[in-house]
Amino acid sequence: MDSYNFHWNVVWDAFPQLLGGAFTTLHVSVLSMLVGIVAAVFLALGKMSNSKILSLLSSIWIELSRNTPALFLIYMAYFGLGAYGIHLSPYLSVFAALVFVNGGYLAETFRGGFQSIPPTQYNAARSLGMNRVQAYRHIILPQMFRRIYHPMTNQFIWSILMSSLGILVGMNDLSGETQRLQSSSFRTLEFFIVAAAMYYVIAKLVLFAAHLVSKRVFKGELS
Amino acid sequence: MIEIKGVHKSFGDLEVLKGIDLDVKKGEVVSIIGASGSGKSTLLYCINAIEAINGGKILVDGVDVHDKNTDKNQLRQNLGMVFQQWNSFPHLTVLENAALAPQVVKGFSKEKAEEIATKELTHVGLGDKLHEYPTKMSGGQQQRLAIARALAMDPPYMLFDEVTSALDPELVGEVLDTLRLLRDDGMTMICVTHEIAFAKEVSDKVAFFHKGLIEEMGTPQQVLENPQKERTKQFLSKVL
Amino acid sequence: MNLFTPISWNDAGFILTGVLNTVYISVIAIFFGTILGLVLGFARAEGNKIVNMCLGGVLDILKSVPLIIQLILFSTFIGAMGYPLEPFVAGSIILSLYTMAFMVEVFRSGFDNVPAATKKAARSLGMSYWQTVRHISIPIGMRSVLPSWIGVGLSVIKDSALVSVIGYMELLRTAEQLISRSQQAVMILVGVGLFYFLISYPLSLYGKYIERKMTR
Repeated sequence: MDSYNFHWNVVWDAFPQLLGGAFTTLHVSVLSMLVGIVAAVFLALGKMSNSKILSLLSSIWIELSRNTPALFLIYMAYFGLGAYGIHLSPYLSVFAALVFVNGGYLAETFRGGFQSIPPTQYNAARSLGMNRVQAYRHIILPQMFRRIYHPMTNQFIWSILMSSLGILVGMNDLSGETQRLQSSSFRTLEFFIVAAAMYYVIAKLVLFAAHLVSKRVFKGELS
Repeated sequence: MIEIKGVHKSFGDLEVLKGIDLDVKKGEVVSIIGASGSGKSTLLYCINAIEAINGGKILVDGVDVHDKNTDKNQLRQNLGMVFQQWNSFPHLTVLENAALAPQVVKGFSKEKAEEIATKELTHVGLGDKLHEYPTKMSGGQQQRLAIARALAMDPPYMLFDEVTSALDPELVGEVLDTLRLLRDDGMTMICVTHEIAFAKEVSDKVAFFHKGLIEEMGTPQQVLENPQKERTKQFLSKVL
Repeated sequence: MNLFTPISWNDAGFILTGVLNTVYISVIAIFFGTILGLVLGFARAEGNKIVNMCLGGVLDILKSVPLIIQLILFSTFIGAMGYPLEPFVAGSIILSLYTMAFMVEVFRSGFDNVPAATKKAARSLGMSYWQTVRHISIPIGMRSVLPSWIGVGLSVIKDSALVSVIGYMELLRTAEQLISRSQQAVMILVGVGLFYFLISYPLSLYGKYIERKMTR
């Protein structure tokens, strides 16, 4: 076995840049998640609506996002739109692809969560004298939120991990920064070990935070 | 013959059996009655070596059930057991449910195992359901399947753990009829049951359990019609 | 001199290689991922706390580090250690392990879904522990996992696109090379997207279909 000499100094010197990359990673993940949630609400409503066209359009978005690779969608945004003169930056390409995927996946999560609430819950709320809005606000949505919370957390983690595809279009996220730094220093192994550890820590921190929030928010029985 | 000698059993700090002595001779039907939590079902699990014991001894045809050199799988072939919940195997048809153990445990050919299974299933009145899936059947039918499944191993002893408790009232009769059938065949049976009238009808011996001990034991006439102990009287007045 | 050449029929073979390579590495990863996932899923369902903690920790790393980083790290590592591997081999190893990490949970929940009482009933018939596993736990447990198994399989097909990063000529990489040569991005990408969609969509419909059939 060849002995490989690890040199960590160069990695520590570049740590601020790596942190900057990690910030970009979080930035694009959070933003694509937030926009994705909004898109998902409309997609879920569209799919459940009585309008054939709305339902079809929503289905097309949802199924395309679920049945094609994220990397394909990033290339679509980066190269594909470029052919029409729309030149997206690496950041925007990754962002657009993640929004597209998050929207599609979360739409199905939302729809499933909504449909899992028995209609008797709504009727029970109305029978107590609540109006439509109150029934949704106090009975349906809180129960629904519990059921979609965990899948949403997973989707967020997925966004963080998949934003690493930015490396392939030259984005300055954590993996892109790592790539740039290692190519000028040739300490590939060291840089990617640290990057892997940073992704791991970020994912764990997000999960931990989600756990804390769920403990505060969901007081009653989790169904 | 099943010999139970001074059996003790605890779950953590909770002592469930506090020294049980009971003999079941070949061809005998013994019913065990008593309130929930009196240790009745636990005793059956101990006889079948599903639960370990903390003291005493259980011998089945002279074999020490809880000796660590005893082949438990061999032993269980002699002790058919039917549970409160029927536990059908949902991925197998009725016939396959009953034929599985003869095949894999006894090594019978598929044909032979299915022949035995068909015989037992017909015996309990499921001859027309052989190729259906158990999840489509009523609880009473599934419980009869569980009985046939145990019988297909041709055990000399059968243990019944409250086999009618989880059934809708209108389905209890068909399962009790099946048990009567077995009694008429001369099967040796231990029945943990809440059906006092049934116990009176079929049993050679009735044991009343109270807080981990046999409070009173004797013929159905002695224990159920003419109980001597105050606790037996109280229990019977509550359930009858 | 014209720097770019339009795509022609000669490129069909090139793209086809990409298609086959994508299918090839996906099948390998799903195959090994399933076998390893079944074994480790069983170990997690039946094992004690220590087994679970160790396994859980390792699997957690596989699931919490981006696949692309794992691929780069692994192929660089074995290269630096003096045992460089073909992109295909290195990619297959990592993609199989990555698949395994998700399959473990699929199979574990399958095994957890087998009621303890059903296993007890099998034991009461005289069946040994391993006979019960073979004839009761695996058949019952595996029935319920098919939809999620398909789900993991589909994401593996999609994730196999990432093996391009270490130089494996799968579909998306062949497409990217054609794009940089011909500059006909839209046409090529639409074709590639269609390919993934036509594999993935029918299978996902089938997965949903059996899931519905089961819950009914």
